[in-house]
Amino acid sequence: MPAVAPGAIDCDLHPAVPNVKALLPYFDDHWRDMIVQRGVHELDSISYPNNAPMTARPDWKPETGKAGVDLDRLRAEALDGFQTSLAICNCLYGVQLLYTEDMAYAYARAVNDWMAAEWLDKEPRLRASIVIPPQNPEYAAAEIDRLAGDKRFVQVLMLVMDEMPLGRRRYWPIYKAAERHGLPIGIHAGSAYRHPTTPVGWPSYHAEDSAAQAQAFQTTLSSLMTEGVFAEFPELKVVLLESGFAWLPSHMWRLGKFWRGLRMEIPWVDRHPMEIAKEHVRLTINPRDVPPSAEAVERLMNHFESDEMLLFSTDYPHWQFDGDDALPDGISPALAQKICQDNPLATYPRLKETVS
Amino acid sequence: MNVKTETRTPTSADPSVKLAIADCDIHPSPKSVEKEIYPYLEERWRKHNDIYGLILRQPYQSGPAYPKGQPDAARRDAYVPGGGRPGSDVKYMGTHHLDEHNVQLGVLNPLRSGQGLQNVDFAAAYCRAVNDWQISHWTSQDARLKGSVCLPYEDAALSVEEIERRAGDPNFVQAFMLIRTSEPMGQRRYWPIYDALAAANMPLAVHAFGFGGTPSTSSGWPSYYIEDMVAHAQSAQSMVMSLVMEGVFERAPGLKVVVVEAGFAWLPPLAWRLDRIWEKNRAELPHVKRPPSEYIRDHIWLTTQPFEEPDRRSHLKDTMEWIGWDKLLFATDYPHWDFDDPARLPLPKVDKATRENFFLGNALDLYGLR
Repeated sequence: MPAVAPGAIDCDLHPAVPNVKALLPYFDDHWRDMIVQRGVHELDSISYPNNAPMTARPDWKPETGKAGVDLDRLRAEALDGFQTSLAICNCLYGVQLLYTEDMAYAYARAVNDWMAAEWLDKEPRLRASIVIPPQNPEYAAAEIDRLAGDKRFVQVLMLVMDEMPLGRRRYWPIYKAAERHGLPIGIHAGSAYRHPTTPVGWPSYHAEDSAAQAQAFQTTLSSLMTEGVFAEFPELKVVLLESGFAWLPSHMWRLGKFWRGLRMEIPWVDRHPMEIAKEHVRLTINPRDVPPSAEAVERLMNHFESDEMLLFSTDYPHWQFDGDDALPDGISPALAQKICQDNPLATYPRLKETVS
Repeated sequence: MNVKTETRTPTSADPSVKLAIADCDIHPSPKSVEKEIYPYLEERWRKHNDIYGLILRQPYQSGPAYPKGQPDAARRDAYVPGGGRPGSDVKYMGTHHLDEHNVQLGVLNPLRSGQGLQNVDFAAAYCRAVNDWQISHWTSQDARLKGSVCLPYEDAALSVEEIERRAGDPNFVQAFMLIRTSEPMGQRRYWPIYDALAAANMPLAVHAFGFGGTPSTSSGWPSYYIEDMVAHAQSAQSMVMSLVMEGVFERAPGLKVVVVEAGFAWLPPLAWRLDRIWEKNRAELPHVKRPPSEYIRDHIWLTTQPFEEPDRRSHLKDTMEWIGWDKLLFATDYPHWDFDDPARLPLPKVDKATRENFFLGNALDLYGLR
């Protein structure tokens, strides 16, 4: 297996909110009262049932409670474990799933302030994504503006399945704010569960919910490209988190094929989608939906026609691989170097600003 | 594509020098519903259609939710000389398409067939009429053409009746559904259909489009026709996933499924992804006894139009090898705008036998017509 060299940058790991009590200090009086009085439950998404196999790798799972809540374990298992120099925290508390936009805004602020105080202040290798309430793009933009001065926040976090396809103009204030501050948009697996998790209705099994994320990422990329997000925001980068990546080339072939036939409908798309993807889209390496043989992985890598699109991630504490087998066989040492360090540094300009 | 094409050279118009092919996706239309379909509909449903029309889970009485790129999504040269919608005249289709491309086997997939109608009784009556019409107006008129049994699939019992009515009828080579069902196709409400098809040894074609009513992406409705067209590939992935993960192929090991007009290059990454997730969730899926990729390899075929077009043909060759050359069926989608011309297909270089099977043999094997 290709080694992860010391100094890698882990672009997707998941410190978890242990419980709502831990967040209470970060709400204002009104929301603290509301949460206590109303007995608001934990906002744990059904995307990651707490005891499901992939929610926590067996050796990263505590005897009781949630994985990813303990800073010392995260240091030992994720940071020291892979000798990473920097790691980007994507908190998956179910803020985006709330139906009340005011409440979502309050929770987003609380989660971000909790992240800064409980993780970033305590561990200098950690960076984080800004959690926003996509329920209200104006609130979301305000939250980005509020935190953008703190350079340890390096990205804006959204979920791949929201109320509408993410390219829709409704979301553009978010992209405008992100571009203004040099923040990529990180789009993570997960859903606000406004719609069935497959385009043909609700599946029966959690395993299907996990697998269907890849289809959601595909239609989301279609939306971002066809709506003209990258024409309107030429500096914007989008990072697909926990998305899988093997599907990307064939999806671009498909979108490119129809772009050739139907581009009159979307005249602002003036390049083949694969060209847009090479410039604007990045994908994290775990989970890896790759073929079983190293030789086939090597061929698949060639289909990307670029060595700049993939970013290292452990997806800690989710279970995507065992031991230190974080990169699939078939990736060359040169490509591994790009994936682990060069590409993350090129994608997140703020990483360079905060390390000497 | 709607562009003016060059005039054919005399040799290319001579069928005797061309490879004989199977076209696994041809769309016939009636010239007139009243004249061609009504004779096979009971009086009650003729009146129903006169009053209410074909009400689907989509916004408009007629026409698609997303306006097409051109009228009827048709090739401009496919309009029948002297009048008639593209694909509405067996004789013109015979010369314009079957003779021209030396089509030895043409599989008919009727689209406005009653499938997905809100009223399932009407759907069943209309599908049955369209199936009768395929015999009277098409398969009995040109021996190269074979029909598909349109199923009113949202009602399994009515679908089973139609399968049993047509089982063993040489006019038909397969049954026919649309991908966008109202629930994922692996759900138990559809299982009697698969049992009946396996018993009848009839493959099931599942074509792009459909009227299930749920948004065509899991993030809601997209804005553009191009998104709707590309999204058939994602719907197809969800459909294949559902069939595998719900255990349909364990229950009906004889079932063969053909994915039609939804792309094919997405299949290997889907299979790899499902295998990894299956490994870690075996406890949730005791009914899925083998790795998902094995069910896919054994049970899924795909038609190739609209053909995948990466910049490098070697990348496409990788993909076609990963799928298996024996699982790919050539199709043109005649008379639609995104027609694939067999003489101009950017097919990777392969040996003669593989090429001939791709264009013809695989279909003859699947449909038992060798």
